[in-house]
Amino acid sequence: MTEVKKAAKSTTFDSKDYAAIEAMDSFNTFVKKKNTFLFSMTAGFLFFYILLPILAFKPVLQQKWFGNITGVWVYSAALFVMTIVLCTIYIKRAATFDKQAAAVIAEYRAKGGN
Amino acid sequence: MNLVSVGFFLGIVGLTLLVTYFAAKRTSSASDFYTAGGGLTGWQNGFAIAGDYLSAAAFLGVSGAIALTGFDGFFFSVGYVVANLVLLYIIAEPMRNLGKYTLADMLTARFNEKRVRGVAATGTIVIVILYMIAQLVGAGALIKLLFGIEYWIAVLIVGVMMTTYVLFGGMTATSWVQIIKAGLLLFGTGLLAVLVFAKFNFSLMNMFDTIAVEHGEQYLVPGMKYSSSLDSVSMMMALVLGTSGLPHILMRFFTVKDAKTARSSISWTTWITAIFFSLTIFLGLGALHLVGAENIMAESKAGNTAAPLLAEYLGGDVLMSFISAVAFATILAVVSGLVLTGASAISHDIYGEIIKDGNLTEKQQVLAARIGSISIAIISIFLALFAQSLNVSFLVSFAFCIGASANLPVILYTIYWKKFNSTGVVAAITTGVLSCLILGAMGPNIWSEVPGAAIFVGKPLVNLAVPAIITIPLGFLAGYVGTMIGARKHNTADAERIYKEIRVKANTGVSVQDVSH
Repeated sequence: MTEVKKAAKSTTFDSKDYAAIEAMDSFNTFVKKKNTFLFSMTAGFLFFYILLPILAFKPVLQQKWFGNITGVWVYSAALFVMTIVLCTIYIKRAATFDKQAAAVIAEYRAKGGN
Repeated sequence: MNLVSVGFFLGIVGLTLLVTYFAAKRTSSASDFYTAGGGLTGWQNGFAIAGDYLSAAAFLGVSGAIALTGFDGFFFSVGYVVANLVLLYIIAEPMRNLGKYTLADMLTARFNEKRVRGVAATGTIVIVILYMIAQLVGAGALIKLLFGIEYWIAVLIVGVMMTTYVLFGGMTATSWVQIIKAGLLLFGTGLLAVLVFAKFNFSLMNMFDTIAVEHGEQYLVPGMKYSSSLDSVSMMMALVLGTSGLPHILMRFFTVKDAKTARSSISWTTWITAIFFSLTIFLGLGALHLVGAENIMAESKAGNTAAPLLAEYLGGDVLMSFISAVAFATILAVVSGLVLTGASAISHDIYGEIIKDGNLTEKQQVLAARIGSISIAIISIFLALFAQSLNVSFLVSFAFCIGASANLPVILYTIYWKKFNSTGVVAAITTGVLSCLILGAMGPNIWSEVPGAAIFVGKPLVNLAVPAIITIPLGFLAGYVGTMIGARKHNTADAERIYKEIRVKANTGVSVQDVSH
């Protein structure tokens, strides 16, 4: 076996490794934190999004807010801005998640697993 | 058809064929064919996703809808933009970490059963065909209008082009056609928007004042098309959740090497779509003011030629020819992505994995993929020729509805729910697909009491244009009930072991880092 193949093999996990990682406290804390962030953000932006077609037929967004620009346009513009902002926030947070995931794997390897 | 438009038209055809020629040299394995070898970079895939996503319905349809119905047309724009966040937050990365070529691959990574693959592939084929008929019929009508070519010849030209890209260049050619198209589309709409904005002295206040005073304040509030919240809420739900269930979008995540690149792809797409759909306001209101609703309606009742007509007003024949060529490129890019996705379901899922148990050599897989591409192209062209006289643009919204009601529930349950099982998969996809088709078939797109307004004359039994508000909860419920029914048989220790594996892979991406591409 060549050096390259050996190196490739040593990084491959089997189902024992997966079960062991899945049982680690650090892994579960990380996943729980990550999912809480992802799903609370998702619930939040979906809520503000679905308010648009509901409020769009109510006087508040049908009123003129600036000159002849009505509330529906301003609210829609806010949703566009929200999308860009949340996209940027996600990219930042995901970099942290990458580090945490790598730390979990490193911890597993340090403990002598594969 | 004048010399300038022939020039732009041939330019698009030539450029895309050149791309296909170079891509063909790099397409030898199944992974090259379906996923461009997984070697696209973030910006490339981001532009390609935008190219896949911004269909003719988004470019011509939305600007026309804003011109004719004001804010009601802009609802679509908001839906398309926010949909990126659903993809980014909960779908893109686990999808990349678990899948290989298709949605069914991702599901069978957890539930390795043929019925799971079969039902997922069937759902994909239904979505692809619905989407494709709408695109091809729209393309035929549009090219007929823009270039004066007969409908059936126009459909054949688009059909032959899309088959050529996919057949010879696979995903590499398809991706680059989509990247080029997204670039052209951004440039074209940007140019139109600036020219329109100049007519309003670069003042938003001035633009809205002019519309309100000269055309009526009804354009600036909803109500011209949608009369109730319920109808628009349902449509908006289909848009925002359906995008994450569209197989041709999901497939694009397998063209990048890891979750990090999948994430940056969507970030690019988010910016592109946010910019593009902001510009639709200028295109729509500009067309309303400068071209006029009557002139737009005279060319196409749905307003599909509002953007080319606006281009003609602003820049004469040359600009109109350019924008028409961009519209042509838009159609080509979207339909080739659909052909490839349809072929992956037929050739990889159904033939390769179900019929042949995954025992195909690389060469046989590529051959099967090519035969699959030709089959899906022929079926779609045939159906599009048959559907010429029907107004089928609503089929796109059915595709979003099925994506949200059938695919999204199983994707989310597969990644995040420990107890989920294969009976749940089958129940959710079957219920999602059938409920959208059945409720849709009873709805106002098919039945109208005004002769000619829909396909049949009669009272619609379901008064929702897009039944998503009913079918999405049904899909999630069916997944839950199916899981409970199958729990005794399927929730074994082995199933739990596989879920643990999936959970680690989805959250850390370890398995993807290890594969060669």
